[in-house]
Amino acid sequence: MSDTKPQKHLPLEALHEDAGARFGAFAGWRMPLTYPAGVMKEHLHTRESAGLFDISHMQLFDVEGTGAADFLSRACPLDAAALREGQSKYTVLLNENAGIIDDLIVTRLGENRFMVVANAGNADRDEAHFRAIAGDFDVSFTRLERVLLALQGPHAEAVMIAAGLDLSDLTFMTGMEPREGWFAARSGYTGEDGFEIAMPLDEAERFARTLLDDERVQWVGLAARDSLRLEAGLCLHGQDLDENTDPASAAILWAVPKALREEGKFVGAQALQKIIADGAKEKRVGLKPEGRQPVRAGAPLINEAGEKIGRVTSGGFGPSAGHPVAMGYVTKTLSEPGTRLFTEVRGNRIALDVHSLPFTPQRYKKG
Amino acid sequence: MSQTYFTEDHEWIKVENGVATVGITDYAQEQLGDLVFVELPEAGATLSKGDTAVVVESVKAASDVYAPADGEVAEVNDALTSEPALINSAPTGDGWLWKMKLADESQLEGLMDEAAYKASIA
Repeated sequence: MSDTKPQKHLPLEALHEDAGARFGAFAGWRMPLTYPAGVMKEHLHTRESAGLFDISHMQLFDVEGTGAADFLSRACPLDAAALREGQSKYTVLLNENAGIIDDLIVTRLGENRFMVVANAGNADRDEAHFRAIAGDFDVSFTRLERVLLALQGPHAEAVMIAAGLDLSDLTFMTGMEPREGWFAARSGYTGEDGFEIAMPLDEAERFARTLLDDERVQWVGLAARDSLRLEAGLCLHGQDLDENTDPASAAILWAVPKALREEGKFVGAQALQKIIADGAKEKRVGLKPEGRQPVRAGAPLINEAGEKIGRVTSGGFGPSAGHPVAMGYVTKTLSEPGTRLFTEVRGNRIALDVHSLPFTPQRYKKG
Repeated sequence: MSQTYFTEDHEWIKVENGVATVGITDYAQEQLGDLVFVELPEAGATLSKGDTAVVVESVKAASDVYAPADGEVAEVNDALTSEPALINSAPTGDGWLWKMKLADESQLEGLMDEAAYKASIA
């Protein structure tokens, strides 16, 4: 089935064209998938130096008002009032059944101001959901037009300083506004240290060019972004998380503090309490296929007897790991690392072991 | 004397004395990106025109390579098992996929020659 909706174009598309990008459709956007270096080199360059990603398809929302913290604590399982200024938190939007509408990062920027970063494919759904809740609070909820770049890798901090943006005071999962209309956070989707920086459209090309002039920096496309995040054990909403999965099964309960679960103020809290009390039936785990053959999303997981016991939700080859990597959902009793499972690819049975996540060590700059 | 044919699926077929060597074109390897796994047929296997003979997997996706004609697999390129990237670095050389004894060479008539193929991807 082809996507008939008109594609959205990145503000910096011409820059990607000049760099020789190959484009593909993702979440309604025309996105750079790879550059001439290729996915393998782009992936490894990010781990060794600094990879530059254009992630302007992601949506920023500005949340402002005396009711902002209460609003966010109703919409998300988040104690927004307890966030320090500059502190970021990974959270989710849940429906009444505790199904995951989206995963988000919320950063407190002031007494009554927060920044929300949402996934491209869910932005409209998120906005409608947020707005339906916002009516009960004294809050304004604004969709921002920004270019969002991510610079990821061990040289990210030094490159930023050389580009005139010293963000060395930020630690992992903190953010600030370095310039009027800008937003910078020490976060990412690769497992590496790095930054995500939003800026006004008319200042973006110049800043991107400054970064690219640094020999430590290379463009990295969506293909390597996916292999990097998979090695880092990070979820992709729409594959590893969706409205049919809940935070307990998805193994992201660490993002939903126990006190908030018990207090039960957020949308989906009652359903989540029940899921936890009854015990989640399945669990998201890492999977390491034996041998060299990648196992892809959608492959069934079976036990020795051939009975279906789960499914692969993300899978591919891990260039840094040097072997295929995958994640998926399995029956809770089979979720211990080392458990031997199987799948079938084109009629061949392939063994996989449940593997702890991440596959490659995370190298965040913690405070 | 050898003759080389090209398919719309971006395969090349070099025929010598009734034996065809098959691979994918430089254009195809570029489109697929870095290859990480190749599933090869067994020597002796019988293929019919249009069968999936080989599956090449990139970091992101799996793609089929089809048998261009009927025949029997004479030899496969075992070097690809440990080094799939040969297809990227030398698609028309060391990155060949398999050789097959053709049952009916005339099945290849009508495929493109190199000039026509190059025009088709230009």
